[in-house]
Amino acid sequence: MMQVIINGKPEEVSTGVTLLELIETRILDPSRVVAELNREIVPGDRFANTVLSEGDRLELLQFVGGG
Amino acid sequence: MGDDLFEIGGERLGSRLFTGTGKYGDDAVIPDVCAASGSEVITVALRRVDFQAATGNVMEHIPKTMRLLPNTSGARTADEAVRIARLAKAMGCGNWIKIEVIADNNHLLPDGYATVRATGILAAEGFVVLPYVNADLYVARDLVSAGAAAVMPLGAPIGTNRGLQTKEMIRILIEEIDLPIIVDAGLGRPSHACEAMEMGADGVLVNTAIATAADPVSMARAFGEAVRAGRRGFLAGHGAQRLKADASSPLTGFLEGDGS
Repeated sequence: MMQVIINGKPEEVSTGVTLLELIETRILDPSRVVAELNREIVPGDRFANTVLSEGDRLELLQFVGGG
Repeated sequence: MGDDLFEIGGERLGSRLFTGTGKYGDDAVIPDVCAASGSEVITVALRRVDFQAATGNVMEHIPKTMRLLPNTSGARTADEAVRIARLAKAMGCGNWIKIEVIADNNHLLPDGYATVRATGILAAEGFVVLPYVNADLYVARDLVSAGAAAVMPLGAPIGTNRGLQTKEMIRILIEEIDLPIIVDAGLGRPSHACEAMEMGADGVLVNTAIATAADPVSMARAFGEAVRAGRRGFLAGHGAQRLKADASSPLTGFLEGDGS
């Protein structure tokens, strides 16, 4: 296990987990999520081969209702 | 009205009413709101996924035919707005963005300086930028220079439903600014939207008034009709206002009164 920061909160995740695996274990639809890893946007087609590392800061965002 | 072109970012739109997705009691009503309003453009916001609250995704309820207009709500600086805009674009729903930079939580008034800066950066990156601003001529001129696709002045502070409080300033923008003027925020009733369109605004953006109505679908239809009526009235050219009465029936050929 390793620690990463997801949406500002420290979380324990499996060592070597990919972004796609992380998104799918959280029952999110990858096509409806946008990811920013250490302030860099990760395009959706790179979720599968983006491996998280200890101490990474990840933001996972989605569209919500707004005006 | 058939050839009354409305174009934003090179795209021709059939409806001058933009709608939002905030504040609905139930997002499932959104498809019917879209259909009833005739709107073709709808706003969304971008937020962190909340893993604790397994809520439905608003995107499930937005018809695929709608053009998505993500906003940068939550941004307090130009840089934050730029960051949010780039993330929104990465969602793969097009390159339109509503710039919203608000650092005042009391009145939710937009920061014009930061908005101009964010607009310049994003327009240069190829975004179709629709900035939400105060009805201010100098800010609007700077937005033109910065490459905005439209200017969206507020009618009244967000969510107040108080109508065209900034009418005189919006009138000046309509006169002076060679970009579509879309009145955004504060329009609470169909008559408010109609009034903006009669003045010559190119469009309106309405969220709260529809979403918080007792019957949002019916209110959406009313706003759609009001926007079309206002536009038609503007195109028809208003008769002159007069201070003194001016009879609309002939003042000759009256019946003689009895015994006069």
